[in-house]
Amino acid sequence: MIIDHPLLGPRDSQEFTYLGDATLLNRPDWKSENSSNEFFEYLYLRDNPAGPHRELWYHTYGDQSWLIVTRDTVTHEISHVELANDFKRKRGKGA
Amino acid sequence: MSQINRLNGGLVERQTLLNFTFDNQSFQGYKGDTLASALLANGVRLVGRSFKYHRPRGIFTAGSEEPNALVELRRYARQEPNTRATVAELFDGLEAKSQNRWPSLKFDLLAINDRLSSFLGAGFYYKTFMWPASFWEKVYEPIIRRAAGLGNISFLEDPDHYDRGFLHCDVLVIGGGPAGLSAALTAGRAGASVILADEDFRLGGRLNSETFEIGELSASKYAQDAAAELESMPNVRVMSRTSVVSSYDHGIYTAVERVSDHLPKTPQGKPRQIFWRIYSKRAIVCAGAIERPIAFENNDRPGSMLSSAILAYANRWAVAPADTVAVFTNNDNGHRTAYDLIAKGVTVSAVIDTRLNAPKVNGAELLAGAKVINSKGRKGLRSVSVRLQNGQLRQIPCGALAVSGGWNANVAVTCHQNNRPVWDEGLTSFVPGNNTSPGQSCAGAARGDFSTAAALNGGARQAISALDDLGIDAKFENLPTAEDVALNLSPFWYVGEGKGRAWIDQQNDVTVKDIEQSIQENFSASEHIKRYTTLGMATDQGKTGNVLGLAIAAELTGRTIPDTGSISFRPPYTPVAIGAMAGRSIGMHYRPVRKTPFHKWNEENGAVFTEVGNWLRAQWYALPGETHWRQSVDREVLAIGNSVGIADVSTLGKIDVQGSGAAEFLNKIYTNAIAKLPVGKCRYGLMLREDGIAYDDGTVARLADDRFIVTTTTINAALVYQNMQFVRQCLWPELDVQVQSVTEAWGQIAIAGPTSRRLLEKIIDPGFDISNGAFPFMANSELTICDGLPARLFRISFSGQLAYELALPPRFCDSVMRILIELGEPLNAVPYGIEAMNVMRIEKGHATGAEINGQTTALSLGLGRMVNKTKDSIGNVLSERDVLSDPSGPMLVGLRQLEEKVPIVAGSHLVNLQEKTGEAESQGYVTSVAYSPNLESTIGLGFLKNGESRKGEIIWAVNPLQGEEVQVEVTNPVFVDPEGERLRV
Repeated sequence: MIIDHPLLGPRDSQEFTYLGDATLLNRPDWKSENSSNEFFEYLYLRDNPAGPHRELWYHTYGDQSWLIVTRDTVTHEISHVELANDFKRKRGKGA
Repeated sequence: MSQINRLNGGLVERQTLLNFTFDNQSFQGYKGDTLASALLANGVRLVGRSFKYHRPRGIFTAGSEEPNALVELRRYARQEPNTRATVAELFDGLEAKSQNRWPSLKFDLLAINDRLSSFLGAGFYYKTFMWPASFWEKVYEPIIRRAAGLGNISFLEDPDHYDRGFLHCDVLVIGGGPAGLSAALTAGRAGASVILADEDFRLGGRLNSETFEIGELSASKYAQDAAAELESMPNVRVMSRTSVVSSYDHGIYTAVERVSDHLPKTPQGKPRQIFWRIYSKRAIVCAGAIERPIAFENNDRPGSMLSSAILAYANRWAVAPADTVAVFTNNDNGHRTAYDLIAKGVTVSAVIDTRLNAPKVNGAELLAGAKVINSKGRKGLRSVSVRLQNGQLRQIPCGALAVSGGWNANVAVTCHQNNRPVWDEGLTSFVPGNNTSPGQSCAGAARGDFSTAAALNGGARQAISALDDLGIDAKFENLPTAEDVALNLSPFWYVGEGKGRAWIDQQNDVTVKDIEQSIQENFSASEHIKRYTTLGMATDQGKTGNVLGLAIAAELTGRTIPDTGSISFRPPYTPVAIGAMAGRSIGMHYRPVRKTPFHKWNEENGAVFTEVGNWLRAQWYALPGETHWRQSVDREVLAIGNSVGIADVSTLGKIDVQGSGAAEFLNKIYTNAIAKLPVGKCRYGLMLREDGIAYDDGTVARLADDRFIVTTTTINAALVYQNMQFVRQCLWPELDVQVQSVTEAWGQIAIAGPTSRRLLEKIIDPGFDISNGAFPFMANSELTICDGLPARLFRISFSGQLAYELALPPRFCDSVMRILIELGEPLNAVPYGIEAMNVMRIEKGHATGAEINGQTTALSLGLGRMVNKTKDSIGNVLSERDVLSDPSGPMLVGLRQLEEKVPIVAGSHLVNLQEKTGEAESQGYVTSVAYSPNLESTIGLGFLKNGESRKGEIIWAVNPLQGEEVQVEVTNPVFVDPEGERLRV
């Protein structure tokens, strides 16, 4: 596969390490009353869609950036790639 | 009797005579021959024995689809089994051998299998060798493997090199036949960057085997001119002898280029083969079509061949497989073969055509509405029995039979990304389905355009369309006139008449009866038929047999072909040597070897190395006269206790953490409080995984308010760094923090022992005070040594002794080590390796990867108090789960061996003393063991249920693998200096 890195352009997926569902960005609040359950769900309960899936890839043999890659798990079509850092900061400001 | 079957003409170079041997018999052929064409030229029809029944078999095709003619090439370390003779380019001195026969090809004892065939049908092995189960691995399988063999490997190391390479292009054209040439010419002339890959050594595909003309030129001359034009274009890379074997996502293809397979010896500095990874923006599959046979009884005799193969041998290689040839066909292509043979002076004894309305043949007898029902000639075809249209039986003499059951579009590469081909009733062929891989299109016979004119046109059109996608203008140029006739095929798959076996898949010895039996036992879906009968498996992957098998299954069950199933192909298209995929990544080049900046010194001083995380680390330094590793390790340990030792610890991961948010960031990474660590101090830090399991440990040194240096274990250096990047980028991107791995930027040594400070003081520059008062335990400082050399000093101890770690720029490491050893001589300084380190850390109960093993927690490691509950950190919340925080769970304990029997080993189970070791419930396990020369005893660490309250108890350490059990005493994990007094002096 080819991942179109927002800073470095198209790169072979062999340069990357796959982590998993991008919901890993949504780490629960440790002070929440129900934090134990929330962390359990955060860590173990994932959707497994046949279709578009937002997932985290790490550019191991590159610039060490974490990317959010929207990949169709059926066709492997990659429709969107962004830096996790950018996404998270943008969302942080809006919240 | 040289080349008795050689005809006139052809595309072989008669002035270059090549000598070769087959089964040790000498033959001659010409440059341009394949091994197959040269064998046929010499009248050799029998070339191998079949996989299961050891049936005599000959050459069946003229290309990479060959199921039968698998041979062993070359000798000794270069011996290469299972090579298809039809694609092995002849060279002078080639040595080839037949396979799967003993003692000889003509007399094979295992041909008895053929006589026993009624017992050996599909499913025989599954049903027969069931009992006793233990016999399968030891008795049945070795016997079956020996009998059902392919070629032999030499078991010697391959002396040749293989490479991996990477290419990029606008358009990849797969196949250099009429469609591929046309596509490549169109794209090349438009200025696009083009790669044209073809598996043959001569571009042109079928054009080289035909006698018709393209424009004013013979077909082969047209191909030759097109190839020359393509070669002359700087934007086109023509890759002959290159098989595109796989298609992957996003336009990536892999291909094997056989750089030196056609040469007697791989030239110096050249690889044997190159495994290419090709990045294409667009790809056009022009892989042609493969003819299929018709099944009838004994249709596998040597001499029974595909019609297109006989045509190719006659026209391209100027070879007739025999002086009399019969043709068996259900379409006009068989007639074309007959005409070309007649034109070459070969006798065509009959054209047997299943069609009642078959066209007349000038120069040969036509038997319309007839079919071949059997054949004679065990080691070479002598005649065929023909059921005439009027029901009479007739023997037709022939040394070869050209069979054409029609054509299958070669859709293999279009299937690799799950694009299922669809059945085209009009063409009676599967063609690529609509769900084509993005960026991929298909032209020529591969998409069902079987005529030459349609192929030329399709190739050009697909190229223009591909270039249009890329924004490159291309013009459609007038194409030369070319053959454009229809096949006029009337479907005919198999002859029902006859009790014997009619072969579908010759490579796997699958017959019509096997399909019948499979269906009878309700394995009637195409995927089930494949697995039940082995149809379509092995080196040819059913290129000639799959569709035939499916069509026969459809007829037998009264279904249509689409209702019966489909065909699909996985990569690779043709077999690829594992060596080609590995390229240069073999032996010591499989992964990098990392050497520390002290490596040269280590080597010169007797270091015995081991590999840790790709690093070569010194295990111990053997002195002259030391014959056992324990002598060296015990000596090193005792010396450190009495004087001073120096160890290379450069391999620890080192990460530089900077920024105003660095302290807060590290508070998230480590369980314990880092934010309050004063500048100039170090702290031991523990990391958890988010699930609460212990992950890694190291030291955190604060160099400034906004700067830390942290260490990781050698093994986890890359993963911890990746994880820190995750925390920084994905969880708390608002923190002002940067992390950078600096592992290779610093060499590091540990200096340990009661006189370590005295040694260090000899190299520390004046003005830096490292006395106990000024530089206490867990202090750190940036300073200079040896008259101005910048260094970092950490007063930390893994050994349990008064100790320091000194970090240095790598280029000074070697000389500083030599200075320290020289200055240390009066102090009896010794270098020590990781074994001595291991002994001392077990004496101190320090955990390493053996204890932080992915199953243990801060609590079980005895580090429960390190998890600070007043702050957030990775893993903090889930570490409180009941099962992870149960105080009666496994806890780190020390173990002291009581009986001087065999030493206990790591991995041993801990079992209550009063129980029988074989039946008892395991109470825990041993993680680390060492002989402590200080305690003069074997000691270990391990995890024991409720271990905290069991100190003093005696239990078994059991090693069931070796049948050993030893009594051990449960102790505090800190065996030596539990108060840590030595660290602080």
